[in-house]
Amino acid sequence: MPQGAAGRTTAEEMTAGGTAEAMPFNLLVLACLAYVIFLFSVAFLVERRARTGRLGWLRSSLVYTLSLSIYCTAWTFYGAVGYAARSGLEFLTVYLGPTLVFIGWWWVLRKLVRIGRQHRVTSIADLISSRFGKSNSLGVVVTVIAVVAATPYIALQLQSVVLSFGVFASRTPDGFTPPDAAQTAIWVTAGLALFTILFGTRNLDAKEQHHGIVTAIAVEAVVKLVALVAVGIFVVWGLAGGVGQMLDRIDASPLAGWSMQPGRWTGLLFLSAAAVICLPRMFQVMVVENADEGHLARASWAFPAYMALMSLFIVPIAVMGLDLMPAGSNPDMFVLTLPLSQGQGGLAMLAFLGGFSSATSMVIVEAIALATMVSNHIVVPAWLKLRPAAALAGDLRGLVLNARRVSIAAVMAMGYGYYQLSGGSAALAAIGLIAFAGVAQFLPAMIGGIFWRGATRTGAMTGLVVGFVTWAYALFLPSFGPDAVLSASLLAEGPAGLSWLRPQALFGVVGMDPLTHALFWSLMLNATAFFIVSVLTFPGPVERLQGAAFVNVFDGPSSGPRRWSAGEAEPEELLVMAQRILGEDEAQSLFESAARAQGKTQSLLPDPTPEFLSELEQRLSGSVGAATAHAMISQLVGRAMVSVEDLMALASESAQIMEHSAQLEAQREKLARTAGALREANEKLTQLSVQKDAFLSQISHELRTPMTSIRAFSEILSEGDLPPEMVARNGRIIHDEAKRLTRLLDDLLDLSVLESGKVSLTLGLANLREMIDHAVQSAEQVKPERDFAILRDLAAENLFLRTDADRLTQVFINLISNARKYCDAAFPELRIAVRVKGGRVVIDFADNGKGIPKEAQSTIFEKFTRLPNESRAKGAGLGLAICREIVANLGGSIAYLPGQRGAAFRLIVPLRLDRRAA
Amino acid sequence: MRRPRRPIFLARIPYRRRRLRDAARLLPVFGAFLLVLPVMWSPPDAGARRLSGDVVYFFVIWTLLVLIAAAFARGLSAEDAAGGSGPDDGGGDDGGGDG
Repeated sequence: MPQGAAGRTTAEEMTAGGTAEAMPFNLLVLACLAYVIFLFSVAFLVERRARTGRLGWLRSSLVYTLSLSIYCTAWTFYGAVGYAARSGLEFLTVYLGPTLVFIGWWWVLRKLVRIGRQHRVTSIADLISSRFGKSNSLGVVVTVIAVVAATPYIALQLQSVVLSFGVFASRTPDGFTPPDAAQTAIWVTAGLALFTILFGTRNLDAKEQHHGIVTAIAVEAVVKLVALVAVGIFVVWGLAGGVGQMLDRIDASPLAGWSMQPGRWTGLLFLSAAAVICLPRMFQVMVVENADEGHLARASWAFPAYMALMSLFIVPIAVMGLDLMPAGSNPDMFVLTLPLSQGQGGLAMLAFLGGFSSATSMVIVEAIALATMVSNHIVVPAWLKLRPAAALAGDLRGLVLNARRVSIAAVMAMGYGYYQLSGGSAALAAIGLIAFAGVAQFLPAMIGGIFWRGATRTGAMTGLVVGFVTWAYALFLPSFGPDAVLSASLLAEGPAGLSWLRPQALFGVVGMDPLTHALFWSLMLNATAFFIVSVLTFPGPVERLQGAAFVNVFDGPSSGPRRWSAGEAEPEELLVMAQRILGEDEAQSLFESAARAQGKTQSLLPDPTPEFLSELEQRLSGSVGAATAHAMISQLVGRAMVSVEDLMALASESAQIMEHSAQLEAQREKLARTAGALREANEKLTQLSVQKDAFLSQISHELRTPMTSIRAFSEILSEGDLPPEMVARNGRIIHDEAKRLTRLLDDLLDLSVLESGKVSLTLGLANLREMIDHAVQSAEQVKPERDFAILRDLAAENLFLRTDADRLTQVFINLISNARKYCDAAFPELRIAVRVKGGRVVIDFADNGKGIPKEAQSTIFEKFTRLPNESRAKGAGLGLAICREIVANLGGSIAYLPGQRGAAFRLIVPLRLDRRAA
Repeated sequence: MRRPRRPIFLARIPYRRRRLRDAARLLPVFGAFLLVLPVMWSPPDAGARRLSGDVVYFFVIWTLLVLIAAAFARGLSAEDAAGGSGPDDGGGDDGGGDG
């Protein structure tokens, strides 16, 4: 509201101007009293239901949304019309800013509400103090700023009630003498204080909620909306004659000359958006009294809708008021005087109750919010400091409640005092926006606190103090007018002639109007100081814990690091203290459930574990604020509070644990691998042992057969007297058997030499075709009677290998002989294919027999392996074993090649074998 | 503190929810733009602009914002109730400082 424009007229002048058909004053008082009694009973009934837990729809999102409407105070109800009459549509910014904040609830409000619920925040001072390490000094600063900014605002509400009384009271046909304005004010103040104390300090609820008051406020919200809309409808359709004509009148009115000032428009949008988060009373209803986070989603559009409805008829009322009311009437009272002048006494009565509702609801909630802050951050800490023993001995519940009652009375008294001092001066009307700018100083600390972990207590403190001082110097103090607080010369020339420090033109900035100017500089300096000091300072341990808990509030329940490192406290002392604050029943049930959770079935007292201490602290902070709760517990627990070292130890501990478990995991895998390898080796060893046994028995068997026949025939020979032809035959048999034995032993020797790898190779260049030719020839003596076709690719075979030609030929002979021996086809044939591939020669030997059965394929290269059902076999079964060893010694490999029609072997040897590889 | 790893790709419904959150976050930005826009209109002295037009403009924008916010709120609160409030919201990701 532009300064100095409003409230120029006193109540008397104003109503003298109107053609007031005044209502009997005592009727007015009666209506007021009836209304107040109605509100009392609503609050009373709701409180009673709340105590029995039957709140039902009273905790609905509807009530929540309506309670938010305390944003629209009497300043809205009466003042907005006056504002519009003077400054056109600028009044809309006050409601459009909060609209943006609410439809953008996913950004800030949601987080605020979650934090508020999770940390049992009792006020905005508690939020900021709790975030920055439960620092009580910060809480004190926030409280002081809030009180300074809100006191004039409360005075404004008192003034509006007094003014509206005055409108009605000017004529007293019944001879009843109306009290003067001062007397009205004092009655209103006392009544409001009584109501607030009765319902605002009923209980020291753990979550600081006041269902009765919230419901009463919701009722008042409906009344003021209905009243304003009723007046608006009367004005548009009753006086102007419809929407079309109303629009024409708007264009014809003096308001049409209003031009939008870009800086001020944007600045006010921002200011009101900031204020709706920072105002203590808004924080109270939005965060503290929030019963369910889901309500916020509904309110995100319902509350903007409410504000839109409240604003809808402001311009028509202002236009018609300017049109119909005599010049010089106070536009702030058009809502009341316009219906009165048209003889609508009932409508005026409704409007009066609406204004009354706006003022009272705001004052009540503001008083509760401020009183909570004052008692939790100033009175109780001071009391505990003066009498440290009181934490254990004194009745803290009573102390806190009394502190709160006294604080409410004090806040109301300050509002009244301010009203009296300023005498309903012009400055009062502008105080709305000035108060907004005052509480907007909380914005950097608050937003920074919940989104930036780097924000520190010192930074927040510096920012708040700098912003507050700038605000007071540039806006608040000058608003009293020249020579009231700041001298006219200081305003005009700056302190000690320093013109760049002129309150309303700081640093030479003159282009802005005083409000935008002060808002700009105070928030600018505030945020800058907050940021720079935060960056430069180092936060304490509790601060860092709280910072993490606030910023990461959505990362799950507060299972964060413990706030207490060890419990040295006596559980009994803790219980005694908790009982003093929470009340006996609640404290005992809290302790009992904690004890049960710890597995204690007998005892009522849980061990003072860090977890329990955290939980207890949180419960206590719901009643007395985080800072006080923290201080009280640390008094009992002693120096068991976490230190930076503890934090670091905790962090490195968990890092170590993680590292350790990673190591364990790696070791486990390694062990598993080793175990696997061992198992394999063991199997192999077992297998080898079995093979060795089999080998021994095979070899003895192989050796015994020729030995037996040699022994038998040599016995016959030694008996003599044999015919010579018999001797010759026997001798030949002995010779053959001895040759077989020798061959077997040769093979065995050969094999053992080959297996040990100590074989000496004779390397040289040799033609593959010649080697195969040789092998085919040598093999011809095997089953020479069979007609055996050998298919060869002579061109491909024509290549030189550097290898041991004799050995390789031995392999070829063996393979071809095997084919000749075992190929059972009617027209047996052997195909020999040769390919060169990447420096290696691939030689396939494939016959067209029935091949080797699958189960035997894996064992044919083993020693003494003979194919089952192969009775014709004469060899010892060492041939393929020797082949394998030779090929291995030649740096190649031999394998059974499945998938051919008959038996097939693939032999791969290097084209050039150097001695190393041998 | 390292956050638990989150999936990179989402199924259709969670994907829709994320985009709804994005829309909800952007709504006030668009709203602010529309509310500041008249600042750049021609001044009323030029004759081309009428106060009633301004009044109608603001209330139309206001109504639209309320309606869109109402449409969003239903989906967003349903998602909250379903426990879908992931750690990625609230802009709390900038945990710059210590820890």
